[in-house]
Amino acid sequence: MMSDASAGAGVEIGAVVAALYRRNSRKVLATLIRLLGDFDLAEEAVQDAFKAAVEQWPRDGIPANPVPWLVSAGRFKAIDGIRRRARFDPLEGDVADRAEAVADGAARWDEGEEIGDDSLRLIFTCCHPALSADAQVALTLREVSGLTTEEIASAFLTPPATLAQRIVRAKAKIRDARIPYKVPEQAELAPRLESVLRVIYLVFNEGYSASAGDSLTRADLSAEAIRLARLVVELLPEPEAMGLLALTLLQESRRAARASADGAIVVLEAQDRSLWNRAQIDEGLAWVDRALGARGQPPVARVGPYAVQAAIAALHARAASAEATDWAEIAGLYDVLVRIQPTPVVALNRAVAIAMRDGPAAGLSLVDALLADKRLHDYHLAHAARADLCRRLGRNAEARASYERAIALARQGPEREFLAARLRALPA
Amino acid sequence: MKYLCLVYLEEELLHAVPDRECLAAAEGLRAGGQVIAAEALHPAQIATTLRIRDGALSMTDGPFAETKEQLAGFYLFEARDLDEALALAARIPPVRTGSIEVRPVRELDPDR
Repeated sequence: MMSDASAGAGVEIGAVVAALYRRNSRKVLATLIRLLGDFDLAEEAVQDAFKAAVEQWPRDGIPANPVPWLVSAGRFKAIDGIRRRARFDPLEGDVADRAEAVADGAARWDEGEEIGDDSLRLIFTCCHPALSADAQVALTLREVSGLTTEEIASAFLTPPATLAQRIVRAKAKIRDARIPYKVPEQAELAPRLESVLRVIYLVFNEGYSASAGDSLTRADLSAEAIRLARLVVELLPEPEAMGLLALTLLQESRRAARASADGAIVVLEAQDRSLWNRAQIDEGLAWVDRALGARGQPPVARVGPYAVQAAIAALHARAASAEATDWAEIAGLYDVLVRIQPTPVVALNRAVAIAMRDGPAAGLSLVDALLADKRLHDYHLAHAARADLCRRLGRNAEARASYERAIALARQGPEREFLAARLRALPA
Repeated sequence: MKYLCLVYLEEELLHAVPDRECLAAAEGLRAGGQVIAAEALHPAQIATTLRIRDGALSMTDGPFAETKEQLAGFYLFEARDLDEALALAARIPPVRTGSIEVRPVRELDPDR
C-alpha cells in the first residue's frame, strides 16, 4: 500500500502534504465531522492528521490513498485525545462514555465509503435554514471553503470578533439543537437546496459587487462561490444548481469588461465584448442548456429562478453586439421569472427589458407603477432606471431629478460616479 | 432528544383555530408515538407570576412579560433531531395563525 520512501524526500513530501491540504482538507473535515459528531473536535483532528502525515510519510512513504489515511489518522488522534482528557479529569465521566461512543461510531468508517456524501452533508448543515442567513454564509465559508475567520470578516467588512462569535453560536446551535448532519430527503430537498444556492449566490454577489465601500469587485469571493456551485452540481446534479453555476459563470465572464481602467462602471450595452471570458461563457452556456434540458424530471420539475436568470444571461452572452440582443426573448423570460419570483427587483428588471423591446414609454409607465411601491422607493437602481427612460424620452427635467435621487441613495463610489456622469451628460 | 414546542398567538386569535381541529391534530400526532405531553393554556392575563426575593415570596397578577403574542399551549416531543422536531411542529394547527418556537430540552447535569 505504501509507495517507496526515498531518502531526503522531506521537502518534496512537505509540498505534497501542502497540496493535499489545499485540495482535500475540507473533505477530510467533512468525513471527520460525521465520524466524531462534533465540528470543533473534527477541526482539531484535521490539523492533527496533517501533522501526522508530515511526521510519518518521510519515514513510511506516501500512502496510495492519502485521503482515507488522513481520515483514519484524524479519527485515532481524536479518540486518543478524548481518552486522555477523561483520564486527567475523572469528574468528566461522560467524556469517557463519549470516547467509547466515538470510537464505536468511528469503527464503522470504511475506507471505501463515498467521501463526496460527507461534503454534501457539510454544505447542507452549514446552510440549514434554522441558522440565520449571516451565520449560514459565515459557516459555509469557514467550514466548506476553509477560509479563515479574518478572511471572511474582511471580505464582509465585519469586525473579526463579530464574525467569530457568529460562527461559535452557529456551531453551538448545531450541537445543542441537534441539527442533523445529513443530506435532506427527497421531499425536503428542493427548499433545502434553495437555501444552499442562496448562500452561494450571496457569496458570489458580495464578490461581484461590494455592498459598500469603493472596491467594486472582490474576485476571490466570486471565484470561491463558483467553486462551491461546481461542487454542488458535481455532488447533486439538480437543474437549479446547474442554473446557479451557469448564472455565476456568465456574470463572471464579464468581469474584465465591466469596469474601465480607472475603475468606472461600464454598463452592459457599452462593454467591449472581446474582453468577455470565452471559456467561462462556453461553460456557462453548456450548463444553461443542461439546466433547461433537465426540465420535467420530478420532483424539482419546474424551472427555477436561477435557471431562468441564467437563460437571460445566456442571451446577452450569445449576442454579438448590444444591438443584436434578442430583447423580445429576454422580456419573455422576465415574464416567466416574475411569475416564479414575484419580487419588486425582478419586476423592475422586467420593466427595463420591456422598454428595450417596446420603447421607453412602455417601460416608464411600468417603472412609475413600481416606484409607487414602498419597497422600491429607496432602491437607487429604480430611480436610475426611471432617469434613463426619461432621458430617452427627452424629459430632461424629470431625468435630472431621478438621477439626483439615485445618486443620493447609491452606496458605492463607482456607482455614484457613473450616475453623476450620466447626469452631467444631460442637455441643460 | 426532547423538544418543547411553544405555541404563541395574539390574544384575539386564541380561538381562531377551533378546538376540534386542535384535538384532531393532537390525535394524529400522538399516533406517531412521539408526543410526551401537550396542553393548551388559558389566556395569559389569568396567569399568576411568582418571585422569591430576599426570602420573601411575592406574587403578581398576570404574565411575567406583556407581549403581543402570548403563550397559548405547548407540545413536548421526543425526536431524533431538529429536522424531525420541526416537521412535527409544522403539524400544530396554530402554526398558520401564530408562531411555534422549537426549543431543545437541556438535560440537567448532576455534576454541575
